[in-house]
Amino acid sequence: MNRYPFWKYLIILVSVLLGLLYTLPNFFGESPAVQVSPLRSAVKVDTLLLQRVEDALKKANLAPSGMFLEAGGIKARFADTDMQLKAKDELQAALGTNYVVALNLLPNSPQWLTSIRALPMYLGLDLRGGVHFMLQVDMKGALTKALDRHSADIRGSLREQKIQYTGLDKEGSQITVKFRDTESRSKAETEINKTYIDLTLRQRDEGGEFLLTATLKEEAQKRIQDSAVQQNITTLRNRVNELGVAEPIIQQAGADRVLVQLPGVQDTAKAKDILGRTATLEVRMVDEERDVESALRGQIPFGAELHTERGGGPILIKKQVVLTGDRINDAKAGFDSNNQPAVHIDLDNNGSRIFKQLTRDNVGKRMAILLIEKNLVEVVTAPVIREEIGGGRVQISGRMTSEEARDVALLLRAGALAAPMDIIEERTVGPSLGADNISRGFNSTLYGFLAVAVFMSIYYLAFGCISVVALGVNLLLLIGLLSILQASLTLPGMAAIALTLGMAIDANVLINERIRDELRNGISPQAAINAGYERAFGTILDSNITTLISGLALFAFGTGPVRGFAVVLCLGILTSMFSAVMVSRGMVNLMYGSRRKLDKVPIGQVWKPANDKR
Amino acid sequence: MEFFRIKRDIPFMSWGKYTTTISLITFILSVFFLASKGLNLGVDFTGGTVMEVGYSQTADLNRVRDVVVKLGMGDASVQNFGTSRDVLIRLPTKPEMSSARLSETVLSALKQDDSTVEMRRVEFVGPQVGKELVESGALALLFVSFGIVAYLAIRFEWKFGLAGIIANLHDVVIILGFFAFFQWEFSLTVLAAILAILGYSVNESVVIFDRIRENFRKMRKATVAQIIDNAITRTMSRTIITHGSTQMVVVSMLLFGGEALHYFALALTIGILFGIYSSVLVASPIIMLLGVTREDLVKPEKKKEETEALP
Repeated sequence: MNRYPFWKYLIILVSVLLGLLYTLPNFFGESPAVQVSPLRSAVKVDTLLLQRVEDALKKANLAPSGMFLEAGGIKARFADTDMQLKAKDELQAALGTNYVVALNLLPNSPQWLTSIRALPMYLGLDLRGGVHFMLQVDMKGALTKALDRHSADIRGSLREQKIQYTGLDKEGSQITVKFRDTESRSKAETEINKTYIDLTLRQRDEGGEFLLTATLKEEAQKRIQDSAVQQNITTLRNRVNELGVAEPIIQQAGADRVLVQLPGVQDTAKAKDILGRTATLEVRMVDEERDVESALRGQIPFGAELHTERGGGPILIKKQVVLTGDRINDAKAGFDSNNQPAVHIDLDNNGSRIFKQLTRDNVGKRMAILLIEKNLVEVVTAPVIREEIGGGRVQISGRMTSEEARDVALLLRAGALAAPMDIIEERTVGPSLGADNISRGFNSTLYGFLAVAVFMSIYYLAFGCISVVALGVNLLLLIGLLSILQASLTLPGMAAIALTLGMAIDANVLINERIRDELRNGISPQAAINAGYERAFGTILDSNITTLISGLALFAFGTGPVRGFAVVLCLGILTSMFSAVMVSRGMVNLMYGSRRKLDKVPIGQVWKPANDKR
Repeated sequence: MEFFRIKRDIPFMSWGKYTTTISLITFILSVFFLASKGLNLGVDFTGGTVMEVGYSQTADLNRVRDVVVKLGMGDASVQNFGTSRDVLIRLPTKPEMSSARLSETVLSALKQDDSTVEMRRVEFVGPQVGKELVESGALALLFVSFGIVAYLAIRFEWKFGLAGIIANLHDVVIILGFFAFFQWEFSLTVLAAILAILGYSVNESVVIFDRIRENFRKMRKATVAQIIDNAITRTMSRTIITHGSTQMVVVSMLLFGGEALHYFALALTIGILFGIYSSVLVASPIIMLLGVTREDLVKPEKKKEETEALP
C-alpha cells in the first residue's frame, strides 16, 4: 500500500533536478561589468561596435574577463570595480555621446546555464540598491499647457490671415477672443474651426464687444492627458539614458502615474537631481512698458508676473507664453562669440516659424527664457533681441557657468515635460544597505532552517530527517521558481522564504503526528504510515488554503516590497504542499514501502496512555 | 521523544469562564491603548521623509540634530537605528521643496559636518500615497477576513467560519494593541506580517475543527464539550510543535534580520503566541456558544467524504 508508481517518482525526480538546475546560477555570484548600448534604437549593435569596444579597452590596457554581444548592446565583464570604473570612462570617451555606457552586474554563471535562461534571482531595489520614484503627472497642468499653446497659435493664425481682433485672453479653461465687429468674428470662427479641430467655439456678445470663446473638446482633453503621460515617459527615458543606467524600468502605473526604477545606481544624488527635476521651459516676452518699481510695491499690472532674473534684479514678464520646451529638437552646451558659456538650441519647424516671427516683430525688445519647476519660476536669461532669428537656431547665454550650461542643455535635449510632475513616492537604497539586507535575509533563512532541521531530526528521528529533506526540496523548488519567474526578490520576500519554511514544516508535523496517533491506536506500521498521509492531506489542504487567501489579498492590494512578500508566500505554499505531501511520501515509500515486514516505524518514541509498559 | 503524555482529555471547555475573561480583558486593554495612544504609524502611512545615514564611528546624535535644526527643520526627529553608527532622521514634509532636494540638502549638510557620513536609505511618501496605502491595507484585511469566513463556511459550517474569524481578528486587535502600547513603528511590512499571521493562525482553528468533525462521527455518546476537549487535547502536540518550529524561524529573523525585519518578526511572534491561545481557547468556546450540534456537521459530511477520496 505504500508504493508509488514509477511515474510519480519520475515527477519528483524531474522537479528536483529542475529546481537544482535553476537554483544553480544563484551560487556563482555576480561580477562588475560595463554595458554599451546605442542611445537610439536605429543604431545597430554589430561586430563593428564590438571591435571598437575591444580596441578602446586594449588601448587603455584593460582586459575584460568576458565580452558578450547581445541584441540590446555589448557587455564587458571585469575582475574588479576599479577596472570597471576605468573602462566606463574610457569607453564613454572613445564612443562619444551616441552610446550609453552604463555600469552593470553580470552573473558569473557559465554560458550553458545562461543559454537555457537559468539566471540568478532578480534582486529588488532594497537588496541591490538603487532609486525608486513614483511620479504623478499634473493633468490640469497638461490641459493648461495645451491651452497656452493653442492661444499662441490662434494669435499667429489670426495675424497671418489679417483678421482684426482687439484682445485675446486665456482664463481658466477657456480662451476668449474679442472682436470689433461680427464680420471679423465669423471670419475668425471659420478659420479657427478649420485649423484647430480640438476646440469647441461659442459666440457671445458682451458690452458692445463681440466675443468668441474656445474650449477644449472632451475627447481632445482625454487625448492630451494620455499623450502627456506618454511624452513624460519618453522624456524620463531620455534623461535616464543620459545618466547611463543598465536596466532602468520606466512605465506607466495607473492613469496618471509613472514609475521609475533605477537599480544599481551608485551615484544616487546625481540620479535624483536629473530625474527629480520636473522643469519645463517657456519663452515669454518681458513687459517693458510698465513699471517694475510699482510692481514691487504690490501693484502688479494685469497680464504680467513679477520674477527675479538669475543673478540679476526683479523683472516683469508677460503671462502670455510664446514658445514651450516641446518645440526643441536638440540642445548643446558650448560657448558664445564672447567665449561665455552658452546653450545652443535647435527648434523644430513649427518652433522655428514662431521664433522667427517673434524675433522679427520684437527687435530691440527683451524676451525671457524661464525654467519652471514645481511652481518655482526661474528666469534663466532675458536677452535683448538684436535681429530676426531664422532657421530655428537659438543661443541662450548670460550669467551661467559651463556646468550650468551643460545641465540646462541636458534637460532641454532630453525633452521638456509635457506636463509638470510631482514626486509622490521615493525610495532610495544605498549600495551598502542593499548588501547588508541580503546578508540579513540570508542569515535569517539559514539559521531558521538549521534550528528547525535539528529539532525535527531529534524529535521524529528518521521521519524527521525525511521531513527535513522535504523541507530542503521545498527551499530548492522555491528558489528555482523565483529564478525562473524572475520575480523581484525584496527583503520582505526573503523574510517570506524563511517564514514559509517555518510554516511548511506544519504539514510534516501533521503527517508525523497522525502516524504516531495511528500507531498509538495499535494499527500495523505500514497501515499507520498510509493512514497518516491520507488523513493528514485534507487538513494540510485546508490550512494552506487559508494562508493562500492571505497571500492573494496581499498581492492584490499590496505594492512594492509587500507584493514581493506576497509572491514568495504564495509560491512557497504551493511548493511546500508538493514537497511535504509528494516528496516526503515518495521517500518514505522508497525506504519502507517495499518491506514486507515492518516491525517498527522510526518516528521516535510513541507513548501509549492505555497500557503503561514502565 | 514525545513531549506530550496526556492521559485524560484536558477539560478546556470548563475553563470557558476564565478564558473569556482573559480574552475580554486583553481585548479591551488593546482597544483602550489603540484609542488613547494610537498606532505609531510609519512613513508609509503618514507620508513624509525618512533618511537613514551611516557613520564610520559612533554617531554623535546631538551634532546631527544641530545640523538638521540649522537647516530650519526644527521638528525633525533624530535617533539611532539598529546600531550606534546608524542614524535615522525623520523629516517633516515641506511643500515648497521637492523630496529629492530635501534629502539631498540634509545629506550635503551632514557631509560638510562629517565627511564619513554615507547615505543608506531615503524614503519619501507623499500624503496621497500614504492615504492610498491605508485604504488598500484596510481592503486587504477585509478581503482576507471575508475569504476565510467564506472558506470555513463552505468547508465546515457558518458557525465555524464565524468562530474562526472572531478568534483571529481578536488576535489582530491584540497585536495592534501591543504596537500601540509600546509605540512600535507600524509599517507596511508589519501589516503584511499581520495578514500573513491571520491566514496562518486560522490553520490552527481548521485543524481543531477537523478533529471536532471527526469526533462527532466517532464519539456518538459524548457531549459537545467532551468532543471539543478531546479534539483539542489530541491536536495539542501538533499545535505546539508546529508553532514552535515557526517561532524558531521567527526568532532567527529577530536575531539576524536586523532593524528592518525587527518589527515584522515581533508582530509574527505576538501573532503566533496569541494564535495558539485564541484558536484553542477562543474559537472553540465560541462554537459551543453558537450551539453547534452533531447534525450541523455529520449530515453533509457523508456526501463530502466520497468526493474527498478522489485525490
